[in-house]
Amino acid sequence: MAPLLSAQGLQVRYGAVEAVRGVSFEIQQGEIVALLGANGAGKSSILKAIVGLVPTASGQVMFDGRDITGAAPEGLAPAGLTLSPEGRRVFGTLSVSDNLRMGAFGLTDKDEIAEAWERVYDLFPILKERKDQYAGTLSGGQQQMLAVGRALMSNPRLLLLDEPSLGLAPLVMDQIFELIAKLRDQGVTLLVVEQNVAKTLQVADRGYILVSGKIVEAGNTSELTQSSSMQDAYLGAN
Amino acid sequence: MELFLQQTANALALGGTYALLALGLAVVFSIMGLINFAHGELMTIAGYVLMYCGIASVPFVIAVPLAITASVLAAVAMERIAFRPVRSGSGATMLVTSFAVAMILQVLFQNLISARSQPVLLPALLSDSVRVFGLVIGVNKLAAIASTIVMLVFLDWFMKHQKTGVAMRAAAEDFAVARLMGIRANTVIAGAFALSGLLAGVAAVLWVSQRASVDPLMGFMPVLKAFIAAILGGLGSLRGAVAGGFLLGFIEIYLAAFLPPEMQEFRDPIGLGIVVLVLLIRPNGLIPSATLKAEKV
Repeated sequence: MAPLLSAQGLQVRYGAVEAVRGVSFEIQQGEIVALLGANGAGKSSILKAIVGLVPTASGQVMFDGRDITGAAPEGLAPAGLTLSPEGRRVFGTLSVSDNLRMGAFGLTDKDEIAEAWERVYDLFPILKERKDQYAGTLSGGQQQMLAVGRALMSNPRLLLLDEPSLGLAPLVMDQIFELIAKLRDQGVTLLVVEQNVAKTLQVADRGYILVSGKIVEAGNTSELTQSSSMQDAYLGAN
Repeated sequence: MELFLQQTANALALGGTYALLALGLAVVFSIMGLINFAHGELMTIAGYVLMYCGIASVPFVIAVPLAITASVLAAVAMERIAFRPVRSGSGATMLVTSFAVAMILQVLFQNLISARSQPVLLPALLSDSVRVFGLVIGVNKLAAIASTIVMLVFLDWFMKHQKTGVAMRAAAEDFAVARLMGIRANTVIAGAFALSGLLAGVAAVLWVSQRASVDPLMGFMPVLKAFIAAILGGLGSLRGAVAGGFLLGFIEIYLAAFLPPEMQEFRDPIGLGIVVLVLLIRPNGLIPSATLKAEKV
């Protein structure tokens, strides 16, 4: 089966700095794939390049059989690919429900939009309770739920999660990982970038380990847990 | 007391016009970080449409929507032709572009229409005055106050309840994330310019109604004032622009009315001095934009 998303020799540069040095990976329909690595290894840059928030220097990204290399970000949500960005980035001056409404911006089918509302309020009852509140007044955990809920409003086939548990209290963090497992059961394919390696390996199917912009190891999560590159990746050995 | 109330009505009329202009600047600034100094030329275009309609004896009720439509179309064309090609450039690039657009348009007006001020035929009704609660108020002033209220209510409704309006607020807060949601950058920016054109068009009708004339440089002063008002209110904040516009209107009218005659020469320096004073106390303006607040934290 053709992968839902595949990247070939993806390269991202910021001026003279080469943040991502030709990485290749793929994600099959229904999988949870983790991108692991230390700060600055290029994980977020990969996600941003996929959705067109930073330019791709070279390489190719295919989504659902379509070449999306360098595509404008606004075309991807309607095509079924969306990112829940690092640091949540909810629209603080908009109400919770308006944030969600913006998530469904690209949808035109009324029934599909109604279903998306139901699903998101079902997953996050707290968002329904707080729907008229400004998003900026929510707690960090609630904002993260809103960020994921907002991304889910476009009914994505592939959801990219950038550091969903960053800065959250341990208890709230657990909720986020429960959510990731729940989303998988609902058939959402996920690419997760996380600094909480242990928890991520518990929910993910496969993973890639990045060191200084390169993939040094790929495999099932059970293999990666044993791997020596795992320690190297975080302890900074090259 | 009566004089004070009378001047308050004048201040509301002038402040309302400043508020509409400042809002036009703020809508565009909040989304693309550009102060569009060619905003005044949109007013001038609307003013010339009113003038030509007067010459062609087009009824005023038709001339007004025509003038406003011209301003909206000009704003959208301005974005498409001048600003879209430089959008990825720096803030300074866009600012200089806006000055260039303003100057090109001014020269076109001077050469194609006239360098001199042209009279605009207005319905006699506008220069009448009516008694309201014992005050004598010009119809044009009342129209200015009423139009400002209608526009502010419309804009509030549009930004809160229309999908496009909400998307514009989202884009103003975080443009990149808004695009991730499928909100098209071109649509939001063109929408912001259209809205600013609408506001400039209405402001132009109000402005011309007070002066009954139009000249190639007509837009410069009011937009400079609107720029001051937008900064006074908090750059990029829509509520701030309204507050700043009214405050500036009040400062100008009250100083003109109540400053002793020997001090009148210093009216503008005193007015700007008050603005500086307000900014010393509230450096981010009366109602700072939320984005600015977020960056501070």
